[in-house]
Amino acid sequence: MQQLEVVEFTTTRANHLVDPGLQIWGWEVPVYLFLGGLVAGLLILHSLVVLLRKEQDMPASYGIVPMLAVPLLGLGLGALFLDLEYKLHVLQFYTAFRLGSPMSWGSWVLLLVFFTGGLSGFSALTRTSWYRGSVLPKARRLQRLADFAGRRRRGLAKLNLALGMVLGIYTGVLLSSFAARPFWNSALLGPLCLVSGASAGIALAALLSRAPEERHLLVRLDLVLLLVEAVIVVLWLLGMSNAGDAGRDAVALVLGGSYTAVFWLLFFTVGLIVPFFLEIMSLRRRWSETLVAPALVLLGGVVLRFVLVDAGQLSAVGG
Amino acid sequence: MSSREWTRRTFLQAGGACGVGATLGSALPLGLLDAAARGSVPQAADQVVPTVCEICFWKCGVNAHVRDGRVVALTGNPHHPLSRGKLCPRGTGGLGTLYDPDRLVKPQIRVGERGSEQFREATWEEALDRTAEGLRKVADEHGPEAIAMLYHGAGGSFFKTLMKGLGSPNVAAPSYAQCRGPREVGFELTFGEGLGSPENLDIPNARALALIGSHLGENMHNTQVQDFAEGLGKGMRLIVVDPRFSVAAGKARHWLPIKPGTDLALLLGWVNLLIQEEWYDKAFVRSQTVGFDQLAAEVARYTPTAVYQETGIRPELLVASARELAQAAPHALVHPGRHVTWYGDDAQRSRAIALVNALLGNWGKPGGFYMSSNAPLAAEAGLPAPPEHRPAADRKEGEHLFAGSTLASGLRDATLSGEPYPIKSWLVYGSNLPIVLPDPRKTIAAIQELDFLVAIDILPAEICGWADVVLPECTYLERHDDLMAPWFREPFIALRQPAVEPMGDSKPGWWMAKELAKRLGLEAWFPWEHPVELHHDRLAASGYGAEQERELVRTGVLKTEAGPMYLPEGSDYAYGTPSGKIELWSQQLADAGFDPVPVYRRPEMPGPGQFRLLSGRAPVHTFGRTTNNRVLLEQFPENEVWVNRAVAADLGLKSGDRVLVRNQDDAETGPILVKATERIRTDCVYMVHGFGHTSKGLRAARGRGGNDAALITRYATDPLMGGTGMNVNFVTLEKVEA
Amino acid sequence: MAPRPERSFGMAVDTVACVGCSACVIACKSENQVPDGHSRRWVNQEVRGRFPELKMRVWSDCCQHCEAAPCVTNCPTGASHYDLATGTVQVSEADCTGCKACMASCPYDARFVHPTGFIDKCTLCQHRLMQGRTTACVEICPTSAITVGELDDPGSDLSRLLRSRKTRQQKTAAGTRPRFFLLE
Ligand SMILES: Nc1nc2c(c(=O)[nH]1)N[C@H]1C(S)=C(S)[C@@H](COP(=O)(O)OP(=O)(O)OC[C@H]3O[C@@H](n4cnc5c(=O)[nH]c(N)nc54)[C@H](O)[C@@H]3O)O[C@H]1N2
Ligand SMILES: Nc1nc2c(c(=O)[nH]1)N[C@H]1C(S)=C(S)[C@@H](COP(=O)(O)OP(=O)(O)OC[C@H]3O[C@@H](n4cnc5c(=O)[nH]c(N)nc54)[C@H](O)[C@@H]3O)O[C@H]1N2
Ligand code: SF4
Ligand code: SF4
Ligand code: SF4
Ligand code: SF4
Ligand code: SF4
Ligand SMILES: [Mo]
Repeated sequence: MQQLEVVEFTTTRANHLVDPGLQIWGWEVPVYLFLGGLVAGLLILHSLVVLLRKEQDMPASYGIVPMLAVPLLGLGLGALFLDLEYKLHVLQFYTAFRLGSPMSWGSWVLLLVFFTGGLSGFSALTRTSWYRGSVLPKARRLQRLADFAGRRRRGLAKLNLALGMVLGIYTGVLLSSFAARPFWNSALLGPLCLVSGASAGIALAALLSRAPEERHLLVRLDLVLLLVEAVIVVLWLLGMSNAGDAGRDAVALVLGGSYTAVFWLLFFTVGLIVPFFLEIMSLRRRWSETLVAPALVLLGGVVLRFVLVDAGQLSAVGG
Repeated sequence: MSSREWTRRTFLQAGGACGVGATLGSALPLGLLDAAARGSVPQAADQVVPTVCEICFWKCGVNAHVRDGRVVALTGNPHHPLSRGKLCPRGTGGLGTLYDPDRLVKPQIRVGERGSEQFREATWEEALDRTAEGLRKVADEHGPEAIAMLYHGAGGSFFKTLMKGLGSPNVAAPSYAQCRGPREVGFELTFGEGLGSPENLDIPNARALALIGSHLGENMHNTQVQDFAEGLGKGMRLIVVDPRFSVAAGKARHWLPIKPGTDLALLLGWVNLLIQEEWYDKAFVRSQTVGFDQLAAEVARYTPTAVYQETGIRPELLVASARELAQAAPHALVHPGRHVTWYGDDAQRSRAIALVNALLGNWGKPGGFYMSSNAPLAAEAGLPAPPEHRPAADRKEGEHLFAGSTLASGLRDATLSGEPYPIKSWLVYGSNLPIVLPDPRKTIAAIQELDFLVAIDILPAEICGWADVVLPECTYLERHDDLMAPWFREPFIALRQPAVEPMGDSKPGWWMAKELAKRLGLEAWFPWEHPVELHHDRLAASGYGAEQERELVRTGVLKTEAGPMYLPEGSDYAYGTPSGKIELWSQQLADAGFDPVPVYRRPEMPGPGQFRLLSGRAPVHTFGRTTNNRVLLEQFPENEVWVNRAVAADLGLKSGDRVLVRNQDDAETGPILVKATERIRTDCVYMVHGFGHTSKGLRAARGRGGNDAALITRYATDPLMGGTGMNVNFVTLEKVEA
Repeated sequence: MAPRPERSFGMAVDTVACVGCSACVIACKSENQVPDGHSRRWVNQEVRGRFPELKMRVWSDCCQHCEAAPCVTNCPTGASHYDLATGTVQVSEADCTGCKACMASCPYDARFVHPTGFIDKCTLCQHRLMQGRTTACVEICPTSAITVGELDDPGSDLSRLLRSRKTRQQKTAAGTRPRFFLLE
C-alpha cells in the first residue's frame, strides 16, 4: 500500500484574529444575522396577513409582530455596530452604494426596512389601547403619519414583503458572497437563511399568539418551512462535498470535524427535527400545544447562524 | 491616493494604540516597534548614518535611518562589500536590541551571593574604581597573567590593549575553541593557511557546492547567503550532508541524511572515490601537493559499502555526489563549515574536507578558494613595549600543539585547576559564558574560584548575574569602535560610528578601557582622547588623505584596490606548510604522533531510547544574544525540539506538546515545544541554540524554550587543538502534561 | 473588475533563492510601522514527502494585489480600492468601517485589523513606487528573491523573469487573478 504523503506547512504569519484560523467575527455577527432573518420573517408574515386579509384570524401576526420588527432590527444593528473595528466611521456605509457588495446593499435595505417596517409597526402601535389612551394621538403630525400608514396599509405590506424577502436572503448572501470561504460559497445560503428566518419569525409569532386558530395556522406554515429548510441544508452540504478538495475540507467541519456535534445535535435535531415532529404531533392532537416547539425553532435559528459564521471562517480555498 | 497615505501617516504620528501579538500574547511588554517607529515612513529627509552591524560577528555595513533622535529603520549599506545594500533578518531587527527595555543602563555592584543577581546601582567613578582595584589586587598577588579576558565582538579590541598593557596573554574568544578553531587547524595543516572570516569561498562561481552540515539560509551570514543564492540562481549543483532536512537541504540536488558523527567516514569515502575513479585533478595534485600515494593507500578502505555501514548513506548516493563534485571541478567546493566543534575529531574532519578540496584542485580557482586581499591599515603606533609574561595558561606544555589561538575553554579549565598557574580574575566582554562554553557546571565552578569578575555587556545576560561589577556598554548604534579591515575579495576599511546618543548611563567600551587604564597607570596605552583620533592616526600612517577619511565617515567604507582573486594557470603558489605544498599526508601530524591522514573512528552512539542532541541556528536569532530582542522574537518566539515523526508517535508525542529534555547526566531543560517532523533522522533530536534563558533581567527571553547548553555537560576535546566537540550528548524526552 | 490601471505593478518571489529568513518581514515592519503582533508579510515553508524523500518549498508571501480583488468587490464603502496609478489594491483608512468583509473575502488572508480600527495589508510600498523607488522588502532581501516591477512593461525585470522562469500563482481557483508570482 502506498503511504500517504505527509505535508508539513508552517508559516510565520501570526496576525491577530487571522491566525491560526480566521476569527474576525465573534458573537455579534451571528446575532445580527439571526435577528435580521427573524425580522425578515416577521415582516413577511405580517405582510402576508395584510395582503391575504387575515387580520381577524391572526391577531398577533397582524397586531404585535410588526411592532417587534424595528426594535429587534435595532438590536441586530447594535450587535453589528459592536463588531465594527472603526466605530467612528460607521456612517461611511452611507457615503457609497456598491452594487457588488452585499454588505453595501444590505445596509441600504436595512435603512429602508427601518422606514417601512417602522411605519407598519407604528401603525400597529396606534391600534393599541395603550396608544389610544395616551396623549400621543393629540400630536397632529403623528396622527397624520398614522392616517397615512393606515391608508397605505396594503402598499406598505407589499413593500415590506419585498424588503423582508430581500433582507432574509441578504442575511445568507452576505456570507455566500465570500468565495474565499467554501463553507459559505453556495447559492443556497440565501434561501436557507430566508427560510430559517421566516420559520423563526413564525415561531416567534406562535409564541406571542393567544389565539388557538392563529397558532394552528402558524404551526402548519412552520411545518412546511422546516421541511424546506431541512432539504436545503442537505442540498447545501451535498453541493459542498462535490466542490473539490476545498469544499470537501469545508464540509468535513460538520461531517466529523469540530462542528459536527453542534450542527447535527443542536441545530439539525433539536432545532429542526424535534420541533417538526412536535408540531406534527400537536396537529394530530397527540401533543398539546406548548411553547416548546417554537422555542426550539428559535434556538435552531441562533445555532445555525453561529455554526455558519464560526465554521465558515475556518474554511479556505486551496492551492 | 497619496493624500490617503498621508492621512494614515499623520494618524500614526499622533500615536495609535498598540496591538498585542497573537503568538507573544501578553507575555511580552511589547509596544516597542510602535514606540520606536512613531515617526513615519523613512524618507529622503532622514539622516542616514552608515555604521557596522554587531548583531553577529560578520560585521556588515548598516545604514541607520535617524529621525528626531531615534533610529527608525536599519537598511543595508550599498557601499559596504559585506552587505551590498542587503541585511540579514537579525541586522534588520537591530532596533529591538537598541531599544530593548531590559538594557543595562547603570553600572552595578554585586550585593548578594555570586549568581544571586543582586546588585546595587553605582556611579561610573565607583564602578571603575572597584574594577581597577579588583584587577590590580589580583595582578599584585598572582601576577598579571592571573587576569584572563574572555570576549567576543569588535569592541573587545580596547580591552585587549588593556590586557597587553597589564601583561597578560590570557585573552580568548569562544569563536575559536567553541567554533571555527578546528577548521582553521585542518586547513592550516593542509593548505598552510586558515580561512578566516569572511571565509575566502568563491560560492557565486561554484558549479557544485557540498555543505557538510553548514545550514546556510538558517546560518544567516549575510554575504555568504547572498553568494549562496547567487550560485543557486546560476544553476550551482548543491549537495547537503546533514542529519536534518535543513533549508539548504531543501534546495539540494542530493541530500545525504548522514548518521551524525560519521562525516569523517563519508569524506574519506569521497577522497577514495575521487582517487579510485581518477576523478581528481591530476595535474593539480602532481604540481601542488605532497603525499598523494600515502593518502591513496590510507583511504582505500573507505569503500562505498564500508562508508554506507558507518554513515547510512547509500553507496549510489555517495558515488553520485562525488561525481557531481568531480564533474564541476575545479569550480567545485566542499564548504569548510564554520561551527565545526562537534565530535572532538573536528580538526581531522576539517582536514578531510581540505583533502577533498585539494583533490578537486580548486585552490585559487573560480568557484573554489579565492585569494583574498585586505586594505592596508597600519597598526596603532607609539605604544609602549608590552611587559614580559608567562605563556598563556589555556593549555599545558605539549598539549593541543596545533591550536592557533588561546582557548576560552582552556582558560576556564586553568581557573578551575589552578594549572599551569592560577587565574583569579576574569574580564568578560560580550560573551555569555554560561551558555557559550560547554558544561555550564564547570563554568560556574570556575567562577567560584575567582577573586574578581567584571562583565561588560549591554544586557543583563546570565554571566552578569555572576559578576562582581557589571559595566553597561552602549550598543553598536551608539558608539565608535576601532577601524575594521577584513580580508575579503574586495578589500576595504569600515567604520563603526554612533547613530544616536547612548541610552541612559551606558558608555562605549573604548571609554571604559581608557578610564580603567588611567586607574591602572596604563595611560600610555591610550594616547588618544577619542577613537576618531586613533582612526585618523592609523589612516594617515597608511597613506590615506583627508578626502578619503571624509569618504569613510560619509559612506561608512573606504575601498582599496583588490589583488587578483584567482591564481594564474601554472603559477607556483607558496603554500604556508613546511613543504610549501598542499600536504595530503602530514609530516607535522606524524611527528606529533597523530594520524598523518585522517582516520575515522566510530564515536559513541546513543543507547536505546536515547537521541543525540544537535543544535544550530534560526535565521532571526544570533545565539542567545537576540532572544530578548522583541522585534526578532516576534518572528521566532521560541525554539522547539525536532523529533522524527515516527519516533514522536512511538513516544506518544505530537507537535505542540511540551517535553522536558534530559541528558545522560540528568541535566535537563524545558519544557520545550515538540516539532514532530519528517525532516530529521530517528537517532537524533535538534534544537536552535540560544533559548531557555534564566536571567531575571532578560524579561522577554527568560523561560522561553529550551537551553541546549544546559544539556552539554559532556564534550569531546580535540587532541590537536583543544576544540570542544559538543554533539556528544544523549538525551531522552519526557512529556509534560499541560 | 478594475478599470485598466495606468501602470500595473506586480511581485515575484523566487522560491529557489528564498531561504525563508524573514528579513523582508522585519524590513516591512519598520518601513511601514506595522504594529506589534501584525505583519503585512510572512514566510511559508511547505515540506512534502517522507524521510528521506522530501521536497521543500520556501517563500515569502503578502497581499497578491489581485486584478479581480474580492476584497474590493465586497467592501461596502469603497475603502478597499484599486489604485489606478500603480495597479495595486489599497485601503483608505478614512473610509474604512472595520466591518471586515474584505478580510472574509480574501482567499490569501492577507489582511489584518490595524489596532486603530482600519484594515491594513501590504500596499506594495506604493509610497515608494510613486517616488520611483523599490519596496522595502525587495531592498533588504539578502537573496534578492523578491522582484517588483511593471507587468505591462515587457522590458521590466519582472516581465523578463516571468518569461524566463516557470511560474506558479496561488489559489488560482479563487478567480482573483493575482499579480503575485512564485518562480519555481
Ligand atoms: N551550546 C552551544 N554553544 C555554543 C554554540 C552553539 O551552537 N551551541 N555556538 C558556538 C559558537 S559558533 C560561537 S561563535 C560562540 C558565540 O559565543 P558568544 O558570542 O560569546 O555568544 P552570545 O550568546 O552571542 O553572547 C554574547 C554576549 O554579548 C552581549 N553583547 C551583545 N552585543 C554587545 C556589545 O555591543 N557589547 C558588549 N559588551 N556586549 C554585547 C550579549 O548581551 C551576550 O551576553 O558560542 C559557541 N557556543
Ligand atoms: N542566524 C544566525 N546565523 C549565524 C549565527 C547565528 O547565531 N544566527 N552564527 C554565526 C556563527 S558564529 C557561526 S559559527 C555559524 C554556524 O553555522 P554552521 O557552520 O552552519 O554550523 P552549526 O550551526 O553548528 O550547524 C548546524 C547544522 O549542522 C547539522 N549537524 C549537526 N550535527 C551534524 C553532523 O554530525 N554531521 C553533519 N553533516 N551535520 C550535522 C545540524 O543539523 C544543522 O543543520 O553561523 C553563523 N551564522
Ligand atoms: S550577518 Fe546579519 S547580524 Fe551579522 S553583521 Fe551582517 S547584518 Fe548584522
Ligand atoms: S528576505 Fe528574501 S530570502 Fe528572506 S524570507 Fe524574505 S524573500 Fe525570502
Ligand atoms: S490578496 Fe486579498 S487583500 Fe490582496 S488584493 Fe487579493 S483579495 Fe485583496
Ligand atoms: S473593513 Fe474597511 S476596507 Fe474592509 S470591507 Fe469593511 S470598510 Fe471596506
Ligand atoms: S511591498 Fe512594502 S508593504 Fe508590501 S510587503 Fe513589501 S515592504 Fe511590506
Ligand atoms: Mo561561531
